[in-house]
Amino acid sequence: MKPTDISAPDYFHKVVDCQWACPAHTPVPEYIRLIAEGRYSDAYMINWKSNVFPGILGRTCDRPCEPACRRGRVEENPVAICRLKRVAADFKDDVKHRMPRPSAKNGKRIALVGGGPASLAVARDLAPLGYHCTVFDSDPKAGGMMRSQIPKFRLPDTVIDEETGYILDLGVEFKGGHRVDSLKKLLNEKYDAIFVGSGAPRGRELDIPGRKEAAANIHIGIEWLASVSFGHVEKIGRRVIVLGGGNTAMDCCRTARRLGGEDVKVIVRSGFEEMKASPWEKEDALHEDIPILNYMVPVAFKHVSGKLIGVTFQKVKAEYDAKGRRNLVPSGEPDQTIPCDDVLVAVGQENAFPWIERDCGIEFDKWNMPQVDPNTFVSTNPKVFFGGDAAFGPKNIIWAVAHGHDAALSIHKMLSGEDINERPLPEVNVFSQKMGIHEWSYDNDISGDKRFKVPHRDKVIALKDIKAEVELGYDVKLALGEAQRCLNCDVQTIFSAPACIECDACVDICPMDCITFTENGEEDNLRQRLKAPAPRHDQALYVAEGLKTGRVMVKDEDVCLHCGLCAERCPTGAWDMQKYLIDMTHAGSTCQSKARSAA
Amino acid sequence: MTYIAKPKFQHPGLPKNELGYTHRDYEGKVSTLCAGCGHDSITASIIEACYELSIEPHRVAKISGIGCSSKTPDYFLGNSHGFNSVHGRMPSVLTGANLANRDLIYLGVSGDGDSASIGFGQFAHSIRRAVNMTYIVENNGVYGLTKGQFSATADRGSKSKKGVMNTDNAIDLVAIALQLGASFVARSFSGDKSQLVPLIAAAVRHKGAAFIDVISPCIAFNNHAGSTKSFDYVREHNDAVNRLDVLTGRDPITVEYAPGTVQVVEQHDGTRLALRKIDADYDANDRLAAMTFLQKHAAKGQVVTGLLYVDPDAEDLHTHLETVETPLNTLEAKDLCPGSAALEKINASLR
Repeated sequence: MKPTDISAPDYFHKVVDCQWACPAHTPVPEYIRLIAEGRYSDAYMINWKSNVFPGILGRTCDRPCEPACRRGRVEENPVAICRLKRVAADFKDDVKHRMPRPSAKNGKRIALVGGGPASLAVARDLAPLGYHCTVFDSDPKAGGMMRSQIPKFRLPDTVIDEETGYILDLGVEFKGGHRVDSLKKLLNEKYDAIFVGSGAPRGRELDIPGRKEAAANIHIGIEWLASVSFGHVEKIGRRVIVLGGGNTAMDCCRTARRLGGEDVKVIVRSGFEEMKASPWEKEDALHEDIPILNYMVPVAFKHVSGKLIGVTFQKVKAEYDAKGRRNLVPSGEPDQTIPCDDVLVAVGQENAFPWIERDCGIEFDKWNMPQVDPNTFVSTNPKVFFGGDAAFGPKNIIWAVAHGHDAALSIHKMLSGEDINERPLPEVNVFSQKMGIHEWSYDNDISGDKRFKVPHRDKVIALKDIKAEVELGYDVKLALGEAQRCLNCDVQTIFSAPACIECDACVDICPMDCITFTENGEEDNLRQRLKAPAPRHDQALYVAEGLKTGRVMVKDEDVCLHCGLCAERCPTGAWDMQKYLIDMTHAGSTCQSKARSAA
Repeated sequence: MTYIAKPKFQHPGLPKNELGYTHRDYEGKVSTLCAGCGHDSITASIIEACYELSIEPHRVAKISGIGCSSKTPDYFLGNSHGFNSVHGRMPSVLTGANLANRDLIYLGVSGDGDSASIGFGQFAHSIRRAVNMTYIVENNGVYGLTKGQFSATADRGSKSKKGVMNTDNAIDLVAIALQLGASFVARSFSGDKSQLVPLIAAAVRHKGAAFIDVISPCIAFNNHAGSTKSFDYVREHNDAVNRLDVLTGRDPITVEYAPGTVQVVEQHDGTRLALRKIDADYDANDRLAAMTFLQKHAAKGQVVTGLLYVDPDAEDLHTHLETVETPLNTLEAKDLCPGSAALEKINASLR
């Protein structure tokens, strides 16, 4: 294998699995260390810079970081990264004075359609640079789906108010209760750029017999959740069936439990394991006595004189074809009708752009989605950008934020007269953590604790009050314990072959058998000859040459604990522990363009 | 030394031996020796050998004297018996323990000071008595604990860290062991585990006095230019006569050897030692030839390593003394005392 080029920004970034998996590349270990130090405000600001909504995401994020977390490969459970983010938000001091100041306007005007996470992220990045940002939303308050679709018992309004407030306070103009119904009209208003962050606002229909006749008791999930959120709906029947297996279905069933639903069931087509809902959301639903029935396909709504009485299901089973694709085929069991008073349909969301005229320069594809560049987020109209669910269909908040950062960078580059396709590399800082002979500026003593549970409000009380937040969040002590579980994967093992005397001290001390000194070879061959099995090809081998014996040092990054014992036991300092910080390029970062810095 | 404990986590894919243990189950406490010490590699090799042989840790007694080397039994086999004895007295404590309980596996761990100076006589007698043991000398040529004075194994003409020349002749423990009748004699290097681990495994399975001299560079005081016990010097002058594969009873010989290049030696307990010859003329069953070979190469400044001599049919002290198979420490009073009638008979015969 070729020696590893550790100066490539991506190499060590991938070693920080959580940060690499986060669409916004939040420097997770860095803020977790700050939490352990009790520096909550600093931890919050690191988050705020990367993901804009730490308090909101700390409660609702889809957490792509956690399945990626190295701790999950070393023991049963990853670090509770998401809930630690909430800790930073819960315990921080007043951070208003740390927010960017509204700066002198540069005369450029940006229109942002939709007041959800994508648009707000764009406004957050652009407003401090002097852009005049105007956000349009049909709802009276900012937040978009975060406010309308996520139940208050998961995300209280106060948190949304605070975090959308930080952005609006940057001098962003918010036009609430103002639905944009014509892009053409907006284009005519001579904005310098338009960002569309209007989400995926339409709930998918379930067109089976009885749908029309029993319409009064059949509700589309996200619309119903919005009505609940704005206080238009305050109760539901005693027996409720929720159709669908995503996170919206989980929100629907738990909301129904709080509005009078005593017998609430979730019924899904697929198997329980393949449901789209996050495992922890399923757990929360089950905890609230909501059974989840699987392999049942709804075939008809049963009704008597316009009144819904139940739903009929066909029983299916999963069969896998030669290519491993799953097909749901009838199991042969008789259909089953389950009686109910109300049905909530949560079988997916769709985009809808009835307000975009098809002749304003924006090309749509065959699925009626705008053609959007996945790197720059520009549409076929060079002044119109898309992001969040509006760009590539329903995802989640953290993706919307990531899109927002990239779109903001594009808009800033375009309006600075630069090529938006040239994406500047992130800034990377790598510096030694050595303080003394066996002293590091991070805590390298690995905690053996298992994942700490987040305390929940008593179920009886929680189910009585739809606004009572269920999760209470970690207290300071639990937060410290959980923070100590982080393996500090951003503190990298850096090897210098010329200093190495091949004494094997690092090989002997490494608790995970990561390090091997051996003859070089092709990667597949090399992986066979390491001290411990290295089957995960997505985890890099760090190869260094230049040793006196002509061998190479190979380190499998996979399960390294970053405990620094290799460096502590190294007599010549050939190993060092160096903290790797990557600063993702946002709009307004210095050195934005090579062309410009040369000029 | 390191101040934090080695984390308990281990690689999820670590292989397990016949007892269901990983090699980490054979570890002891974290080493307090200097970073990079050769002794730590020997520790790791002992761990690996015991893991590979699927040894039950409670069947091992590890006994040492005084010195950096003699601290190391604390760092391996944390669930075994141990005795950290007086300086240079490991061999007699080990002999006593072995006589009392012949069923345990005895690991004597010593250093060049412990065995070639203060305990030289003890070393000699345990070898000539053929105590069934594995006697490992972690040989770095200096007194590390007292800041690097030359030890008795330092080669004449080698230089100290401060540049002082050693004018005394060296004791070659391997040559002495051969002369005293050790039935398994090897030399290895802490920087070459692929050679060392099978040697330790073979020695543990050997019945009789097995002696291994392991050159183990002292990073703090004896790893400089001019030293003959440094990593660089040993790597440059290492003359390995053979490589060893240890095949325990069940394993078939799967490795393909070129004809004439391998010699299979079967030990008492059925362990087969496959010796891949590197030096075609070297015969590991010829004690006299081994002694000559060693002297010749030492004169050329070469460090001869490998399995230098093995007598697979060796006997041990218990055989010589004709002790019972049952360990003496488990014999009850009724086994040991034949009764007054027997005493009367003996007394009568002497009248």
